[in-house]
Amino acid sequence: MIPRSFEYVSPTTLEQALTYLDEYGSNSKILAGGQSLIPLMKLRLASPKYLIDINRISGLDYILEGAEKDSSSIRIGSMTRHHSIETSSLLWRRAPIMPEAASMIGDPQVRNNGTLGGSLVHADPAADWGAVIIALGAKLKLRSSSGERRIDSDSFFVDSLTSAAKGNEILTEISFPVEKIAGGSYAKLERKSTDFATVGVAAQLALDASGNCERVGIGLASVAPTSVRATKAESILRWHEPTKARIEDAAKAAAEESRPMDDPLRGSAAYKRAMVRVFTERALTRALERAKRTEER
Amino acid sequence: MKNSMESSRASKLKHIHVKVNGKEYEDVVESRMLLVYFIRERLGLTGTHVGCDTTNCGACTVIFNGRSIKSCTMFAVQADGAEIMTIEGLAKEGKLHPIQEMFWENHGLQCGFCTPGVIMQAFWFLKENPNPSEEEVRQGISGNLCRCTGYQNIVKAIMEAAKGRVEVVTAPARSV
Repeated sequence: MIPRSFEYVSPTTLEQALTYLDEYGSNSKILAGGQSLIPLMKLRLASPKYLIDINRISGLDYILEGAEKDSSSIRIGSMTRHHSIETSSLLWRRAPIMPEAASMIGDPQVRNNGTLGGSLVHADPAADWGAVIIALGAKLKLRSSSGERRIDSDSFFVDSLTSAAKGNEILTEISFPVEKIAGGSYAKLERKSTDFATVGVAAQLALDASGNCERVGIGLASVAPTSVRATKAESILRWHEPTKARIEDAAKAAAEESRPMDDPLRGSAAYKRAMVRVFTERALTRALERAKRTEER
Repeated sequence: MKNSMESSRASKLKHIHVKVNGKEYEDVVESRMLLVYFIRERLGLTGTHVGCDTTNCGACTVIFNGRSIKSCTMFAVQADGAEIMTIEGLAKEGKLHPIQEMFWENHGLQCGFCTPGVIMQAFWFLKENPNPSEEEVRQGISGNLCRCTGYQNIVKAIMEAAKGRVEVVTAPARSV
């Protein structure tokens, strides 16, 4: 398959890339890892006139931890490849939900090339990262030639394949807090390796000193027009002890508030809703185990 | 290597320099040319196959700056200044690479179409994880489809290559 013809630029600085973006506007697309965009271009579902390749810009590929008093904050550059996240010992220690989710994306070759930022801006409702960054309460840093803004993960996913990043903006960083006693997990149902999620559930819990949920984040993948937060499920756990019964109630609530569609490949809406319950329970249970383990450190 | 495109203007044709299997190449390519077609049709290295052409099958897997990628899902222009290794770069001085030897020994193929991609993926995977479990090998090649073998002998070949049983069976060296 051959994409439509396009003009290609490969800036080496972010400023240069933003200038190109201003110049070419809606006729252009940013090329990050290309693992969604290039297949779309080959199918001619996307036919940008200009392709701005940001792979030669250094300084957008990093995973850093900043320590604060009672928590730490993790910052990840938008061009960090899924494989780097999957193999980051810092993330396995501080935010295992990230490498766990990374390891379930696509296949090894796709993870070697695909990037966190590229996947997020692509905003596929079936993608894994959206649910994860919602569960983590992440913030996204967007740069344009006129400045920089930070946006909440909750307002980043506007519609299917539509993010809040404007045409003149480039996503540069994803950051999120990790409390002292916290754990998370991503549970994904997929038919086979390389497939999109039938259902994906991301759960992140932070516990206070008495073992109650200080913060609860539950993000759902593939069961709504965008990656979504399961707010009712979260409120069942928040400020409470995450007992088995409460986790089961939260899982039921997540299933009820999900809005999956019938789909001939991956199952009926009713089946997917049932799976949201099962996978929410699994993700929460593992998140809790991991949170409790952080207490021991 | 130097990147010949720095600060150049947007265009549909690009002049690229690429190092493939240690040899330097220069060419002018259309920006929409996929890397796999550049490798096959411009460089004549037809060991890298086009299977599904949709990022699924992994027949086009090559090593790009040290990481395995699907060359049907990258443009040739992106490879300007890059170092690439294809299946043709594995054997040295007429001697098969240990992974190739193990595919031979264990009959790790039937029709052979997927084999170059599987071997390149195994090459990258064993560098990342030199001592894998069988489960890890299966995960490691989950981006490569084989429609003949059922994977049993492929997995076996990669496990044997990892165990370094290679030296025992490589003598006398076979010619390529």
